[in-house]
Amino acid sequence: MSKLNTSNSEFDLDRPNIEDYLPSGSIQEPRGKLRLRDLLDISPTLTEAAGAIVDDSFTRCFKSNPPEPWNWNVYLFPLWCLGVVVRYGFLFPLRVLVLTLGWIIFLSCYFPVHTLLKGNDKLRKKLERGLVELICSFFVASWTGVIKYHGPRPSMRPRQVFVANHTSMIDFIVLEQMTAFAVIMQKHPGWVGLLQSTILESLGCIWFNRSESKDRGIVTRKLREHVEGADNNPLLIFPEGTCVNNHYTVMFKKGAFELGCTVCPIAIKYNKIFVDAFWNSRKQSFTMHLLQLMTSWAVVCDVWYLEPQNLKPGETPIEFAERVRDIISVRAGLKKVPWDGYLKYSRPSPKHRERKQQSFAESVLRRLEEK
Amino acid sequence: MGNTSSMLTQYDIEEVQEHCNHTFSQQEIVSLYQRFCQLDRNGCGFISADEFMSVPEFAVNPLFQRLLRMLDGLNFKEFVAFLSAFSSRASLQQKVEFIFKVYDSDGNGKVTFNEMLDILRDLTGQFISEQQREKVLTRVLEEAGYAKDSLLVQADFMKIVGNSGLKMEVEVPVD
Repeated sequence: MSKLNTSNSEFDLDRPNIEDYLPSGSIQEPRGKLRLRDLLDISPTLTEAAGAIVDDSFTRCFKSNPPEPWNWNVYLFPLWCLGVVVRYGFLFPLRVLVLTLGWIIFLSCYFPVHTLLKGNDKLRKKLERGLVELICSFFVASWTGVIKYHGPRPSMRPRQVFVANHTSMIDFIVLEQMTAFAVIMQKHPGWVGLLQSTILESLGCIWFNRSESKDRGIVTRKLREHVEGADNNPLLIFPEGTCVNNHYTVMFKKGAFELGCTVCPIAIKYNKIFVDAFWNSRKQSFTMHLLQLMTSWAVVCDVWYLEPQNLKPGETPIEFAERVRDIISVRAGLKKVPWDGYLKYSRPSPKHRERKQQSFAESVLRRLEEK
Repeated sequence: MGNTSSMLTQYDIEEVQEHCNHTFSQQEIVSLYQRFCQLDRNGCGFISADEFMSVPEFAVNPLFQRLLRMLDGLNFKEFVAFLSAFSSRASLQQKVEFIFKVYDSDGNGKVTFNEMLDILRDLTGQFISEQQREKVLTRVLEEAGYAKDSLLVQADFMKIVGNSGLKMEVEVPVD
């Protein structure tokens, strides 16, 4: 567990008032002259702390919810064992075969196209897009993915970005199968990183590094440049910034919403009966996650392409982000929580504590003067 | 109740229930155990300060430091006993005792002016000057009949904050 650092003040600007969301129902504005009791009675503050210790909305977002075990009696257990044999002994090798075949086809077509058609950019890009969509389809087939797409397919127009809720890196593959998006992602190590720097680079993908605070300015500039270009692949952004367990949404980062272009929301909901698609990056590597998917029965999900939204007059980017988050959460049946996903990696800024201190201090001083 | 196993036996549950004076039901204890294991990510049998601070709702609480000191190194049984003051079955006495313990940082059964000032500082931060804080505390103490150098004991706390209006309850989610 790496040491948590206090979050950079830059992140503060991303958050609306958390107080609006936190449970504080029992704390009414105290009235009347200040007495000893009012200073010594710390029960509301203690209750809030104990409430957070017992259950808190942030940790709930990242809890893996494996499907209920159903193999618990004498009749179902042999059936389940048979299922395991089928999944691991038959389906898995078959899927590995399909995936390997897909990679062979992809790589044998991609490199010639990439190198030989260097001059003819338009054709090359078109073919590369088609090939990426192809390999993603192979990936989806390797998990027996049953994906239902609802709504109009994304079109290639400038000055638009697509935003979606984030459950796992496979979200990218699920969406990429239908449309070759350029996505903005965290740079990963290992074989994923290799794929990122070679193939995904050609799609126009943008990389960022969560731990670099200066990175943000560079990334914003790259985003702006990308959306201006008419020939660039449509840009896909996951504004939550981290994988959430597909029951909740965390706060959207405003970066995608202050580019001055149309935002097209996409909602993704996985059906948990078949497999829990949440990638708990703290518990599993991506390779393990993929293997888990490949040894399950199927990955079933719904993808909704929702109505494009624009910044309303008088709306701030944060309000815009919240509005779009609302649209996506309602469509996919997710609950909203008021936390920044990056709190997985850093602690909340002292500003929130200070706000509480300020409100209590003001109340004390005010009541001191009352008769 | 091993650190390695995530299963509580019936004996374990009863032992914990005994230790917290039956303020939690057995189902609540099981839920609390799941929560304990969820927070104790490295599985060493107690929740470290870092692990508590990874709960944002806890980290923004003004009394977090004081509570971290009280929660430091508690095993599950002690963790449940700590939370027992927040159960709906806890008596008013138990709740006041908990508040008293938060104030009494040196644990000598007496709360001094400075100990009260410490808590007031945590609650108000930089928004009241140190001088003003002392003045406010001295004034309300005197109005309640206590001199500035009085030492308050638990019975005093019971008199001051202990009445039926004291709300200090937390619900343990039970699946």
